[in-house]
This record gives sequence, C-alpha cells and structure tokens, in this order.
Amino acid sequence: MGSKSSTQRTRKSSRTPDLLKVPTGIQGLDELTDGGLPKGRSTLLCGGAGSGKTLLAMEFLVQGAEQFGEPGVFVSFEERTEELAQNFVSLGHDLNSLVAQKKLAFDFILIERSELGESGDYSIEGLFIRLEQAIDDIGASRVVLDSIEQLFGGLGNAGILRAELRRLFLWLKAKGVTAIVTAEQGDGSLTRRGMEEYVADCVILLDHRLTAQMFTRHVRIVKYRGSDHDTNEFPFLIDKSGISILPITSMGLSYTAGKERISSGIPRLDAMLGGRGFYRGSSLLVSGTAGTGKTSLAAHFALASAARGERCLWLSSDESPDQVMRNMRSIGLELAPAVKSEILLFHAVPPTVFGLEMHLLTVHKLVRDFKPRNVIMDSISNFVTIGSEVEIRSMLMRLIHLFKIRQITSLFTSLTTGEAFVETADTRLSSLMDTWLLLREIESGSERNRVLHLLKSRGMAHSNQIREFLLTDHGVELRDVYLGPSGFLLTGSSLMVQHAHEQAQAIEREQEAGAKKRELEHKRRAMEAQIAALQAEFEIEQLKALRVIEQEEARATVRTDDRVQMAKQRQADAAKARKPSRRKAGGSR
Amino acid sequence: MKTRPSRGPVEESKAALEEQWTLRLYVAGHTPRSAMALDNLKRICEERMKGHYSIEVVDLLKNPRLAKDDQILAIPTVVRKLPVPVRRIIGDLSNTERVLVGLDLRRKT
Repeated sequence: MGSKSSTQRTRKSSRTPDLLKVPTGIQGLDELTDGGLPKGRSTLLCGGAGSGKTLLAMEFLVQGAEQFGEPGVFVSFEERTEELAQNFVSLGHDLNSLVAQKKLAFDFILIERSELGESGDYSIEGLFIRLEQAIDDIGASRVVLDSIEQLFGGLGNAGILRAELRRLFLWLKAKGVTAIVTAEQGDGSLTRRGMEEYVADCVILLDHRLTAQMFTRHVRIVKYRGSDHDTNEFPFLIDKSGISILPITSMGLSYTAGKERISSGIPRLDAMLGGRGFYRGSSLLVSGTAGTGKTSLAAHFALASAARGERCLWLSSDESPDQVMRNMRSIGLELAPAVKSEILLFHAVPPTVFGLEMHLLTVHKLVRDFKPRNVIMDSISNFVTIGSEVEIRSMLMRLIHLFKIRQITSLFTSLTTGEAFVETADTRLSSLMDTWLLLREIESGSERNRVLHLLKSRGMAHSNQIREFLLTDHGVELRDVYLGPSGFLLTGSSLMVQHAHEQAQAIEREQEAGAKKRELEHKRRAMEAQIAALQAEFEIEQLKALRVIEQEEARATVRTDDRVQMAKQRQADAAKARKPSRRKAGGSR
Repeated sequence: MKTRPSRGPVEESKAALEEQWTLRLYVAGHTPRSAMALDNLKRICEERMKGHYSIEVVDLLKNPRLAKDDQILAIPTVVRKLPVPVRRIIGDLSNTERVLVGLDLRRKT
C-alpha cells in the first residue's frame, strides 16, 4: 500500500518554464501529475492485461473532447471500433456521437498474420499516413495508440519496427500532439518490448493485484521528466462513471476551522458540549462495546442534520439500510422520511467486498456526487477484517482530511472489544478525532446500564460528567447519574431504588414534622382549656364572694333596723302608736 | 508455411494462368523502395502469369484515405485482390521466394 510509505515527492528545481501540461480531466490524475501530461509529448502507459490502460487512455480523449475542446484520435491495434464504442457506452460515454461531431476519430489497425507475407525491407509509413489523415481531419491534439506493441506480434521484423517506432515518436512530437501510448507490462520490466526506451518523457504504470483476496487497482507515476510528481502508488477505481484516482490534494493540515456549531440531535448532549453541540467540520468518534447505542446516537445526528436541511451520507458497514431504519424505528427515530426526501443517503458498504482503498475511493465519489454536509460511518471496526490497524488509520486519516477540507462534519462509530480497557483500543484513532464519546456499560445491582462519557472535545469547554444513557421509545435520553454514598455510580434500577429510598425518607420526615405540629397544637389547646377552666373557677369564686359580701351588708342593715324596732317596742306602751311610728322609722331611712 | 522444393516455372504458371489476377501496390511517394517493389512485382508477374494480371499502383500520399480502407500499415504493400482470399505482402519484394509463397503462386496444380 502506497500510503504506508511517507509521501515522497521528487522535486526538480530545474522545472523548465516551457513544460506545458495537458489536463487529462481524469479525477485525481491531474493532481498526481501536478497538472496533467506533458503537452506535445508522448506518455507511456504500461500495465498488465486488464489493468485499465485502454480505459484510461480513452478517458483522456473523451475528457479532452468534452471538457477541453481538444479532439482526439484513438488508434487501436487490439479492439475494433465497434467493440470499443460498446465498451464505453456502459461507462456513460457515447463515443459514436463524439465521432459524429468530429470530436473523436477512431482507427482500427488490423494485422492479419495469416494473410500477410513479408519480403524485404519496408516501413510503417502507412500508419503515419493514416494517423496524419485522422489528425488533420478533426484537428486533433490528442492521440492514443493502444497498444502499439501489437505490431511486434503482427510484423516479424523487430529490427525494422524498433527503428520505425523511434521515428513514429519523433513524428508525433513534431506534429505537436499529446499522445498516450500503451504497452503491456513485462516480467521485471516496465514493458515487454522496451517501449520505455522510445517514450521517455512520462511513464505511468497501472497495476492490479490481489491483497487479502481483494482486487485493487493502483496507479503510479514512474517517471515524469522535468516535472514535479508524486511517486507513491495510488488506488484507482473503474466504475460506471469511468475512472477515478484518489486525489491526494495537499495532504496538509491547511483547512480552516470554523466556529459554527451544530447540534448532536440530543439536547442534553449539546449541553455537555459547552451547550452548543459539535463544531461544524469536526470529526467525532463514538466508541463503545456491543449494544451500547452507537448507531442510535448516529441516528440522532442524522435526524438533526435532516432537520437543518443538510444532506447526510450514512455509510453502513454492518447493517443494511432497511435494518438500520427498522431498528431506529423501535426507539422512535424515523429515518425513512429523510431518506425519501433524499436528504439522507444510505450507502451500504460491506467491508469484505472491496479493499480499503476501494472503500476510500467509493466514499470520495459519493461525497463528490452527493455533496453531504454530514457523514456517518457506522462502523469503522469492520474494516479490521480487510486491513491492518496502520492501514485503517491511514484510510481514516485521508477520509477525515477529505471531510475537513469540505467542512463536512463526520461521525464515526467504533466497536470496542473487551470490557476492562475499552478506552485503549481506540486511543490511536482518537488522535484523529476532535470529539470522542465513549459509551459504556456499567454493571451494578445485577444489571447492565449504559453510560456516556465525553472523553474529549477539542476547542470547547465540555462536561466531564458521566451521564446515564437511556434508549427510550422517543430516542436517546441522557440522565444525571447518582453518586451513591459509597462513591459508586448508581444507574438503572439501583438508581430507582435510591430514589424510592429517598422518597420514603422524605415522607417519614414530613410525617414526623406533622406529628410534632399536631402535638404542639394539642398542647396549646390543653393549655387554653386549662386557662379557660381557671377563669371559670375564678368567676365562680368571684360570684360567690360578691354574694357573700352582699348578704353581709344586707344582714347588717337588718340588724340596725331590728335594734331600732326593739327600742321602739320597749318604749311603746301604747300599741296604737307602734304602727305609725314604725312607718315613721321606715320613712326616716 | 514450409517452403516446398521448387518445381520449375512452367508448371506453376499453368495454375496461375487459369485466373485473372488483380494486384494493388500501395506506395507512399516515389521512394527508391517503392520503385524497387514495383520493379520486382512486375518481374515476377511477367515471369509467372503474363497477360493474366493487372497491377494498380496506389500512392497514399495522393490518396491517404485509401490506407484506412485497405488496412495498409506497412509500405510498400502488395494486396492480391483477386483471386480471393485476399493476400498481402509487405516489403520491397526483394525476396522472390517469399513473394511466391505470400501470393500463393506456388499452389499445387
């Protein structure tokens, strides 16, 4: 794998200013060659059978004709024009219409060995004439000869051919066309017939090989005279839209870091992230053991993206889109509408189908075509089966780089194995990530409960608290955890037990207070009753006393009267005088 | 194709004489090699099938399109249009033996 070795660049300071380049228009190749193929020169394109030589060469012409207004001539020594056109229709190019518009010309050079004899000296002037005719007919500035080595098989005299080929390349140069000449790769040499001797300005090698039972295509710029170029091997992809080479544009750290913040889709998590969520364009890692809710977290993120009207690309490597949607429905997260409105795109990438590099390329293409603002990769762990840790790391690095350049927020999930040191497994990956969430299960009171840690989040003040992570019928919910009296976290039912316990205590306390209050009231009432009783007693006494006093006074008066009466009676000899005198006495009082 | 032992010119020309031969020689301008090829061709035809052949010389510098139509790559090229099947010989035709083999003039009687 090319990316393993450090990026070496052969820089030639003596880059001649007159070295003009012709853009190929092929995704990635122009970056690799620092601008394209040498203008007015021939480039040798070598590789084994089926390595994509013809396709790349054809793409060079088609792009030239369609994008750069440069007509091209394709001279085939192998495939008939009709066959070629058919092959390219499946790649989305209508060669026949380009031919009709005089943007493309074909010539098929057939050498039928059975009907050919040789006698004496000859030249391949016929090829020159045909080429010139074709070039002049459409004013071509690009030429492909595919593959010229077939001449060696068709014509017997190698000595003549070598001399003639040398002449051909000089002629092409004089003609001022930019040419690609393809050649079959030989054993231990670039080409079987030593073509590199003739075409020495630029040599590109295509290669395809099996690594871990996976077929991967690579491209390498072997030589580029007088130009800066990348010497590493790069993977490339051939699919229905043609050829694309993984661009390696400025693998520096020169992207801008925005200040914009976006929601994680879970309000409580946003609160933990300094109250405002993730940074746009940052990379997030959600790691956790099996069944801790990584995908659910991702689903929230996807829905938040959809809610903002931003496109989200979901790369699923272990579940099919349907399965993900079904599972998320069970916790009340409905992804289907977003998929329907094409704001959320699921792409299932079974990791074992391609090699790592192919995945990287596929993602590249998807990002280019779908233009998402958020990407979810669930999960990266499955790639372990097809690559070493170093390779995965390198792949992720390039992916994250791609996302960052485009200000795409990316969320990766990673399945950690082993209970004890969940954090160490992802430590190496974490340096690539801006925010790292860890989902963990805590076993206590004979049950497992999920908790969420925010291990790091670059560039923001974030919570260091553990939260309990609940999967409810309306999605993920974060809840405070209770730190028990012994300093252990209480989650799940033990948390509920704790809550119940607290509640009982509260009730008890409340009841106690009520009782006290009532007792006091009671006492107060008793006291008041006592007071009332005393008062009543007092009143009775008072009444009694007054009556006594009154009686006494009355008695005193009576005694005085009696004495007066007695006195009167003693002197009253005359009975008749008693009555008026009594009246007199009474009246005198 | 193995070279069979020579049987003598008279025997072979009999076979050739049975049909009318149409030959076309492609050249590119008047080069010594083209001239040599035409001379050699004429000589062989005169020797083998006098009166039963026609040679058309096509100068591709004048008619470049014909190169594509007749699948010409090497110069000079002789194409035996008739009798079918089509046969081609490239080169200055200096090796007579190869010309005879190539044009199938050594057919059995």
